[in-house]
Amino acid sequence: MIIQAFAFYLFAAALVAAGVMVISARNPVHSVLFLILAFFNAAGLFVLMGAEFIAMILVIVYVGAVAVLFLFVVMMLNINYTELRQGFLQYLPIGGLIGLVLLAELVLIVGSWVVAPEASVKLASPAPPLDRITNTHAIGNVLYTDYIYLFQAAGVVLLIAMIGAIVLTHRGRDGVRRQRISQQVNRTREESVELIKVEPGSGI
Amino acid sequence: MLEIGLSHYLTVGAIMFTLGVFGIFLNRKNVIIILMSVELILLSVNINLVAFSTHLHDLVGQVFALLVLAIAAAEAAIGLAIIVVYFRNRGTIAVEDINLMKG
Repeated sequence: MIIQAFAFYLFAAALVAAGVMVISARNPVHSVLFLILAFFNAAGLFVLMGAEFIAMILVIVYVGAVAVLFLFVVMMLNINYTELRQGFLQYLPIGGLIGLVLLAELVLIVGSWVVAPEASVKLASPAPPLDRITNTHAIGNVLYTDYIYLFQAAGVVLLIAMIGAIVLTHRGRDGVRRQRISQQVNRTREESVELIKVEPGSGI
Repeated sequence: MLEIGLSHYLTVGAIMFTLGVFGIFLNRKNVIIILMSVELILLSVNINLVAFSTHLHDLVGQVFALLVLAIAAAEAAIGLAIIVVYFRNRGTIAVEDINLMKG
């Protein structure tokens, strides 16, 4: 129990500290790196909760794909970031005020909230005991049966996002020779082959 | 204090959500940091979903967290693509310069 508490406070403190650094770092590259640290610590919290599949997916998807995408874009765009940071202190009071109000409200909700007594019998899909079936296996049993349509919809959303990103960022450059299959197929013999009768002893 | 329960995780989620909202206000000019703050908010939502899921022994919360993860990835990809296109066209990504449709 002591070790669990220690691990929780370690991960939670690192997560909050990384979150603070994400929004306050001077260099956006540092922001992205602290975002990666935050994702790793959140994955640690998920493991502590007993949701190891979500933890691993968090590392793979967020750190492996999303954060690296951010890193690419931050490094690819040549932006004067010091210019973008002007007015940082100007928004600090109003942002801090709204943040404090929001945090106070959330803490009030968390503090005064109780689980309904009949909640434990109204579960949509109860988790099987861990000694019989692993967390990943149990999620698969639920996800591919009861929630298969949502799963497919998520796949469609990702496909549309991929197509949209490609369509948005693709640009056809001039002067690039590329294969045009329709032109190749539509070539006729008359426009591509010319027979020339060459007289003996003279050039063309 | 040493007994880690649901409210501890919910508190962490609340703090991360607040940090995300705070980050949007703090970095009003830098749209990339705003996108990162949105990722922080989605992460806090995931923490809440998984905390309730494991506390109530109900797997649906984790399934939902997976879907949130997929939407977050799609949102980041589209948002960054829009940023790249905008930077290519205008040479800047400062938020207050994005006012072409203001009329």
